[in-house]
Amino acid sequence: MKADLQTLEKTASQIRRDIVRMVHGCQSGHPGGSLGCTDFFTALYFSVMNHDPKFNMDALGEDIFFLSNGHISPVFYSTLAHAGYFDKAELATFRKLNARLQGHPTTHEHLPGIRIASGSLGQGLSVAIGAALAKKLNGDKSLVFTLHGDGEIQEGQIWEAAMFAPHNHVDNLISTIDVNGQQIDGPTKQVLSLGDLRAKWEAFGWDVLDMKGNDMADVVRVLEEAKSRTGQGKPIMILMHTEMGYGVDFMVGSHKWHGVAPNDEQLKLALDQLEETLGDY
Amino acid sequence: MKKYTYTDKKDTRSGFGAGLLEAGQKNDQVVALCADLIGSLKMNDFIKAFPERFVQVGIAEANMIGIAAGMTIGGKIPFTGTFANFSTGRVYDQIRQSVAYSNKNVKICASHAGLTLGEDGATHQILEDIGLMKMLPGMTVINTCDYNQTKAATIAIADYDGPVYLRFGRPVVPIFTDPDQKFEIGKAWMVNEGADVSIFATGHLVWQAILAGEILAEQGIDAEIINIHTIKPLDEEAVLKSVAKTGCVVTAEEHNRLGGLGDSIAQVLAVHNPSPQEYVAVNDSFGESGTPEQLMTKYGLDAEHIVAAVKKVIERKNKKG
Repeated sequence: MKADLQTLEKTASQIRRDIVRMVHGCQSGHPGGSLGCTDFFTALYFSVMNHDPKFNMDALGEDIFFLSNGHISPVFYSTLAHAGYFDKAELATFRKLNARLQGHPTTHEHLPGIRIASGSLGQGLSVAIGAALAKKLNGDKSLVFTLHGDGEIQEGQIWEAAMFAPHNHVDNLISTIDVNGQQIDGPTKQVLSLGDLRAKWEAFGWDVLDMKGNDMADVVRVLEEAKSRTGQGKPIMILMHTEMGYGVDFMVGSHKWHGVAPNDEQLKLALDQLEETLGDY
Repeated sequence: MKKYTYTDKKDTRSGFGAGLLEAGQKNDQVVALCADLIGSLKMNDFIKAFPERFVQVGIAEANMIGIAAGMTIGGKIPFTGTFANFSTGRVYDQIRQSVAYSNKNVKICASHAGLTLGEDGATHQILEDIGLMKMLPGMTVINTCDYNQTKAATIAIADYDGPVYLRFGRPVVPIFTDPDQKFEIGKAWMVNEGADVSIFATGHLVWQAILAGEILAEQGIDAEIINIHTIKPLDEEAVLKSVAKTGCVVTAEEHNRLGGLGDSIAQVLAVHNPSPQEYVAVNDSFGESGTPEQLMTKYGLDAEHIVAAVKKVIERKNKKG
């Protein structure tokens, strides 16, 4: 189950190719955040989590992941396909009519690997807390993971959940915020400042870790560190510092590629930078 | 007119509390969540019996709905409890995405629905909740009429797999349904067979419909009274069968006339059997402070107003010839 670093890097490269091709294929979707979070998804599904691609909704005895910022669905879908949840050929149907790969992830089309709909932001942390509470009631020692955008935590529901989890010692939960400093209308610093994220989450009672989100070794190390800190009374929050668009030079670091698809020429430029390691879908 | 009597009066929310305890005893997957209104929702007995299966979320309803949705993953059957306003309008998008669209087995249980919440006034008196909930694909919508029916419905929805909105209230009202009834989701209850008019009533208006039926009987009008406790899925067969016989309709509900039971009935009739219909409902307005009785009278939700609506609709039917 646990892939070595080199294998993880190869997998991440293929997933990044998939992301750009999927978004190009339907001329819509969100490449920026997907590319920035690719290392995290790869580490989670190919090294860190104990999970079974023979998908079972209740996930008894398995770790669970919830994507709260559902718009980065391309990286989620490609990861699930490579992990064996469904055939990677289905990635070609992304955002197309009658597809299970909806623009934002949903259980409605019964796509293996998805346990909740997300897209309307701010809801995933509450859902993850619920799943974590159910695990405790079931005597299930597995863990629950989440991912959120940094812009997403402007939603009020996040802070309801932030207050709940430490009070109730939800210590089987490892949440991550993708701190890329960008949102649709511009840098978060201009749109609505997030302030000192570490101080905020610590003040709410979370155990906070920092991660270099585009350094695979650090991603794996911090996720393992987070796992070792579970069961000690506190929920864990990882502040994952990434660059939006990481891996494609002309997309890096700009909110402009949050929700825009590359044209044919841009696709070629992007793919030239991303090695095909596991075969394109 | 069939005779309905009662020896006791209770609030429907107490029926929920009793039903929740029994559902919890029958099935250890049943869990309960509350947003700082344990006493108002009558959840104390459940909490005392199953403290580890209760989640206090504080004044954070959006978080409560999300947590409930998450708890279904792992097999739990969560019952959320707060006032109807905070159970629906405040958390509409959370219900829409995390519960309805995700098809999670969450039971959204809402007390203090409608005007009969009373003195707290319009901020708390939601009259739009039935409409909001029935528009969500896959959502079952139930509005119960007395203690026994609320208790039976609470137990029944624990056995049903899918999202449910269960609406009940605060005031003490007569207990007139069978304590041993089997609650069938989506199956209308024939309160009184009649020939001249079909009265479809839900929630607290069912007892008012019975009182109206007695007044009408004295005046020689034979009213059929049907309790629509499940507004969605609607028992269309029962509606059409009744109206085929009577030819006219009065609907009665503690809800805005827009989007409630009346509109559900009108939609069925418009397609299958267009018939004269009168609404006993709140006329597209907010409520206000007052006692429940004062408010039900002022806003036209009592037996007298049902009687007047029946006379009007029969006149329309007769004109139509």
